[in-house]
Amino acid sequence: MSEIEKHSYDVVVIGAGGAGLRAAIGAHEAGAKTAVVCKSLLGKAHTVMAEGGIAASMGNVWPEDNWQVHFRDTMRGGKMLNNWRMAQLHAQQAPDRVWELESWGALFDRTKEGKISQRDFGGHRYARLAHVGDRTGLEMIRTLQQRAVSLGIDVFMECTITELLKDDSAGRISGAFGYWRESGRFIAFEAPAVILATGGIGKSFKVTSNSWEYTGDGHALAMEAGAPLINMEFVQFHPTGMVWPPSVRGILVTESVRGDGGVLRNSEGKRFMFNYISDYFKAETADTEEEADRWYEDHVNNRRPPELLPRDEVARAINAEVKAGRGTPHGGVYLDIASRRSPEFIQKRLPSMYHQFKELADVDITKEAMEIGPTCHYVMGGVEVDADTQMSKVPGLYAVGEVSGGMHGANRLGGNSLGDLLVFGKLAGEHAATYVTGLPARPAVAEADVDAAGKAALAPFEREGGENPYTVQHDLQETMHNLVGIIRNADEITDALAKIEEFKDRVATLSVEGHRQYNPGWHLSIDLKNMLLVSEAIARAALDRKESRGGHTRDDYPASDPSWGEINVLCRLADGKAGVEVFHQPLPVMPDELKTLFDDGSH
Amino acid sequence: MGYDLKMRVWRGDENGGDLVDFTVPVEEGEVVLDAIHRLQATQAGDLAVRWNCKAGKCGSCSAEINGRPRLMCMTRLSIFDPGDTITVTPMRTFPVIRDLVTDVSFNFEKAKQVPAFTPPEGLQPGEYRMAQVDVERSQEFRKCIECFMCQDVCHVIRDHEENKPAFAGPRFFIRYAELDMHPLDTVDRKEMLREEQGLGFCNITKCCTEVCPEHIKITDNAIIPMKERVVDVKFDPWTKFTRRRKSPEQSRTPAKGRLSTPDE
Repeated sequence: MSEIEKHSYDVVVIGAGGAGLRAAIGAHEAGAKTAVVCKSLLGKAHTVMAEGGIAASMGNVWPEDNWQVHFRDTMRGGKMLNNWRMAQLHAQQAPDRVWELESWGALFDRTKEGKISQRDFGGHRYARLAHVGDRTGLEMIRTLQQRAVSLGIDVFMECTITELLKDDSAGRISGAFGYWRESGRFIAFEAPAVILATGGIGKSFKVTSNSWEYTGDGHALAMEAGAPLINMEFVQFHPTGMVWPPSVRGILVTESVRGDGGVLRNSEGKRFMFNYISDYFKAETADTEEEADRWYEDHVNNRRPPELLPRDEVARAINAEVKAGRGTPHGGVYLDIASRRSPEFIQKRLPSMYHQFKELADVDITKEAMEIGPTCHYVMGGVEVDADTQMSKVPGLYAVGEVSGGMHGANRLGGNSLGDLLVFGKLAGEHAATYVTGLPARPAVAEADVDAAGKAALAPFEREGGENPYTVQHDLQETMHNLVGIIRNADEITDALAKIEEFKDRVATLSVEGHRQYNPGWHLSIDLKNMLLVSEAIARAALDRKESRGGHTRDDYPASDPSWGEINVLCRLADGKAGVEVFHQPLPVMPDELKTLFDDGSH
Repeated sequence: MGYDLKMRVWRGDENGGDLVDFTVPVEEGEVVLDAIHRLQATQAGDLAVRWNCKAGKCGSCSAEINGRPRLMCMTRLSIFDPGDTITVTPMRTFPVIRDLVTDVSFNFEKAKQVPAFTPPEGLQPGEYRMAQVDVERSQEFRKCIECFMCQDVCHVIRDHEENKPAFAGPRFFIRYAELDMHPLDTVDRKEMLREEQGLGFCNITKCCTEVCPEHIKITDNAIIPMKERVVDVKFDPWTKFTRRRKSPEQSRTPAKGRLSTPDE
């Protein structure tokens, strides 16, 4: 296969969402010859679906806000399992990254003084999210896309990377191998630095807000290359996804609905969240509806409404209400903003939610409540990286955004994802460029590895009469949803792991119809291997952590256990690549001057 | 309440193709993209289609449904009679790659030609001050999800391949308008818009506005105002000397990024 298309770059970024584009801009501006490779067209990545905003303590609405408060909120939201250094860097640098977007043409909503407006979100003490209505992700990706295009960065669209390449001697990254979706032809990149920015894993679950691209490609590529994953047991179920009609089940309903005054009610019309305030958040959460309602106007003298607790708390509460028989006809609860805000306000602040419910569910959210329920939204776990450089344990391999782990601990606060993409995208791009400059020689690509990668990719065409990949994907999604979902226990996870072994056999024998040109069945057969590997990592880590914390709830271990609060669970490929094995690492220790931020005993 | 939907889906590639008949079971509340996905999963595993968010936010699944450009994810089956046969074809203005997937690289080439947003010299990040009322006009255009259906329906390039080099199309007219109306942008793109991007080709039939899934008033709020501004530049002798930069009145740009108020 020596005739395949070849390219040489200093830095190859895999993924063109917010993290990938910001990393590419960072690498390019640091002087590296940079390419972006992405599975979809430019501008379609999952970032486009982010709605609420970018958390950054600019203090435009509440001057009391600063990075220390944001840092504290982030750590507490993550149940103190976050990598403290990443949370610190994020809180410190997010404001500059938002202002930078503005200097590249982003048009955020404004305050009366003409500054960037900031809105309330769950778990954030002050109104902190820079936003554009409820389409902030679109604004962010368009701004970054336009910036990258104006800088002349090369973009390989609709191109899927299937394997990372390493040199034989030092184990450094030497490039990446993939195929053009349009033609099915192979492509190989020679590059000493590869930045994974592939997003998440939600497509392994039945009910998800994630798009088809979220098959855990970067998570799997990293493990295959020898880089461990951290915190994979923590999967975020966003409390508010659509539940009806079935076609739209899982589509995200932004947290801004609650940030802007919306409340949750059960079938009896009761604001049930007041019954679910955990001791952990008791001191800072309103315990009457009157105080909660006053808070929107006066954050200083009132405590926040329980609807704005972190997502893990709210999702569990909704789950419990439905199980107790107080759910809606379609198995959700009600999210009501119609009775609390004027139609004009709702249409102005939540235009795409209005549009989405009107067109897909025949519901006018200015007049009636929405039916919502939890949906798989985000994985806190990902590639273990160095906090300051984003390099994984494999030299030359970086990870940034959702595919990296550590920053969000056991649970991510809304609004902290977009900031994460920007802050660590920039750092990863710059450090990757520096790394390449410092190399004594470029790591070599082994021709044999390229040939083997090509053979592996074509294997599904070689087999006749096998199962079709859509069926296996469907069964995997059912399994993860039912057995490794929002509430877990040892028996069910063990059951899931057995099923995953069966799926591996089925994937090894499936076959696809047609030819290599734009063939979604073939593409899925390749993505499926990644989905299985990541699902196994989630299940193994979930079985290992015998406590409940953040986005990991075990009904056989319902309490948080302080001893588990000192430990990160990591996943790596077992010898011989037979499967995933877990191991433990102590949590990095926070320096004393940061510990004082929690001196009220709040953690 | 499900039923068997009759569909005709165009299948083929650059060398040609045909409408192929399918019957596929569908459920209450489903959209055309659900039916297409079910076809993929059960009858045509290699049926090529683009999609991402399935929520009308990414603009990937554009196609022509019964001849009209639509997002497949936002086209509910309930707008059709259960007895109807639904015909799905690829966007006609762009070359077919395979089945419902077209080569939309035309748009990415046009995007490269747009001179980037350029803030006033010396204005530092964090110092930007703009009033909500002043950003709203450009914000309307930034709602664009780049589904390219306005490009697809535009008769200047639909069936007129020869016009493509000299015509940016409605999607990019709103991009130029967005930058021109940005309170802090300093570059004048109007002459370029007239001479290189083909604004004059548009004879405001509003087909683009009709198909926009974001309900952007492309013709009324972008194309017509830009045609007026271009005319002003072309025929006002004074602006000839300053046309590469916006005049302060045009850009409404205060020297240091302060709020522009009606008094200024």
